Amino acid sequence: MRHIISILLENEAGALSRVSGLFSARGYNIESLTVAPTEDASMSRMTIVTTGSEDVVEQITKQLNKLIEVVKVVDLSEAEHIERELMLIKVRASVKEREDMKRMADIFRGRVIDVSDNTYTIELTGDCRKLDAFIQTLDAGAIIETVRTGASGIGRGNRVLRV
Amino acid sequence: MDRVRTAELTGAEIVIRCLQEEGVEYVFGYPGGAVLYLYDELFKQDKVKHVLVRHEQGAAHAADGYSRASNKVGVCLVTSGPGVTNAVTGIATAYMDSIPMVIISGQVPTAAIGLDAFQEVDAVGITRPCVKHNFLVKDVRLLAATIKKAFYLATTGRPGPVLVDIPKDVTTHKTEFHYPEEISLRSYNPVRKGHSGQVKKAVQLLLEAKRPMIYTGGGVVLSNASAQLTALVRQLGFPCTNTLMGLGGYPATDKQFLGMLGMHGTYEANMAMQNCDVLLAIGARFDDRVIGNPQHFAQNPRKIVHIDIDPSSISKRVKVDVPIVGHVPDVLDDLIKLLRAGAQQPDAQALAAWWTQIDEWRGRDCLKYDRTSKIIKPQFVIEKLWEVTGGDAIVTSDVGQHQMWAAQFYKFDKPRRWINSGGLGTMGFGLPAAMGARMANPGATVACVTGESSIQMCLQELSTCKQYRLPIKIINLNNRYMGMVRQWQEFFHGNRYSESYMDALPDFVKLAEGYGHRGVLVDKPADVEPALRDAFKRKDELVFLDFLTDQTENVFPMVPGGKGISEMILAEEL
Repeated sequence: MRHIISILLENEAGALSRVSGLFSARGYNIESLTVAPTEDASMSRMTIVTTGSEDVVEQITKQLNKLIEVVKVVDLSEAEHIERELMLIKVRASVKEREDMKRMADIFRGRVIDVSDNTYTIELTGDCRKLDAFIQTLDAGAIIETVRTGASGIGRGNRVLRV
Repeated sequence: MDRVRTAELTGAEIVIRCLQEEGVEYVFGYPGGAVLYLYDELFKQDKVKHVLVRHEQGAAHAADGYSRASNKVGVCLVTSGPGVTNAVTGIATAYMDSIPMVIISGQVPTAAIGLDAFQEVDAVGITRPCVKHNFLVKDVRLLAATIKKAFYLATTGRPGPVLVDIPKDVTTHKTEFHYPEEISLRSYNPVRKGHSGQVKKAVQLLLEAKRPMIYTGGGVVLSNASAQLTALVRQLGFPCTNTLMGLGGYPATDKQFLGMLGMHGTYEANMAMQNCDVLLAIGARFDDRVIGNPQHFAQNPRKIVHIDIDPSSISKRVKVDVPIVGHVPDVLDDLIKLLRAGAQQPDAQALAAWWTQIDEWRGRDCLKYDRTSKIIKPQFVIEKLWEVTGGDAIVTSDVGQHQMWAAQFYKFDKPRRWINSGGLGTMGFGLPAAMGARMANPGATVACVTGESSIQMCLQELSTCKQYRLPIKIINLNNRYMGMVRQWQEFFHGNRYSESYMDALPDFVKLAEGYGHRGVLVDKPADVEPALRDAFKRKDELVFLDFLTDQTENVFPMVPGGKGISEMILAEEL
């Protein structure tokens, strides 16, 4: 099962490696990991997408909580939540492909943010499945480069993760 | 803007002042380039005493043994690079057994970090997976608070080693010294009190049990909960077993004690674990050496109550029904209070039938061995050791067969008397741990049970023992084999004793004498007791007793790897 885990942790040198080290040492999967400071610069917010049985995910949250610099952990997938990921994708866009590519980006509500003689760079935001779907839709030969941030997640409504 | 300033101290002065503030009595260490300023400050004072080991692994084990035998924080001080890497085995040993330690390591100057400087290693990176937490202090103004945090983290919650890495330049920088009296961390708030609803559920389960069992581990010893455990076990009238790490948590000579459980546990303890209907686990973690194959363990239905300070130890290998997260003595106090307040008593009839069953298992006499042997049996040496020391020695051990025999045959009635590397299984632990244990308990009788292979892994500490006049008695069960390796090769690898024979052994008597100690060779069963008596009479001397023991002796019972806890091989079956 896919789980999306949100973590508030002290914004200190080495905190990230404690988390990633924990995952590798205990053999847990990381599909994606994204982290940045919050509005309170002393704290970072991390989102980890992982897969594992209920037992494994329970251990993951317990082990994360055990790390001294981790302030709070929540498994967002336990309840209603929203997740978004940003992708920048550079595609072939020579004269005869331009129209099609632009239309495809529009359908997915993507934006062309860089243009050259024969490429477009498209910015696309959504949940992971939407980004996957966009890639699937394109001809593999058309893709030059992709970069994805990994998912960020947040609980819906009054469900909040803060100190 | 001018304000009154107290005198500024250098980083090195601050470190030593912090240790003084913490009441640190001994620092086990070894000097080197990156810690020269710290050693200079140590030199200038006499509150904190330094013990010079002969290898940094010895420093970590000695600090560890000191902590285990005293319930104080073990402190060690090592230099950068090889100083830290040598200590890593000792730090990992302490981490696996949850021992509160503070390790101060020197680091190359801040400006040189990351440039592959002489004696540079990423100490924080290397130790990260084997410490509770670690710090690199780059700013002298953070030094005192960081050391305070280190002691706080090491001793609270589930204890463990904490490393503080200090670059050389930071030890020369100056700042005002202020040692915080208290510290609080928003990200770290260990629970002490158990959830009252869960405690009530636990009491109900215990009172309804027909075949109850109490299984306790190192957590009882570490949290000083032996008195509460003993009261609880006696009040309930239930059988009790201890893990290797938990020995001494419940008096071993008591009739309700079933002996150690696990891979080399007693028949009765393992059978009772497998067949109980309610299991109370306290400060233990159901590890592979204790319950064997978890699927096999789960075949018998039973309700499990698990008390532990660390939530991640609960339902890790075995699903439990009533988890209680809390400080063991506090939770046990609550349990006892509830039991005493209620009118309900345990089911006496069912309990009597259960004890009849247990006594039948006891009748197998699973620890019997050949007492008529002409060659010294290792079990016999431990039995005599127990008799000669009145069961009251602090016994450290190394790792292997001798460790198991010591655990099986030395009946520990008190906690913090049995000191061994349970989790990591570190050969070489015994002798330096004995040094620390003796430092913590001047005047105590300290024995190190070891084997000819293990003892050679930290042998250099015989020199430290001489310098500090530590009259440890070394009980060397010398069978000329890495005994436990040999046993597995005999059972599971077709008697192919690949590299487990210890050839070219030193003459241990001469070796001990070379270090300025007394060495005695014992090769006849009749000489075992007199040799022990003579050795323990020598209060001021380290005596190295080299017992030539039966090379073919194996540790029984034995649960083969991957098997269930009740699938034991007994001596009689071979």
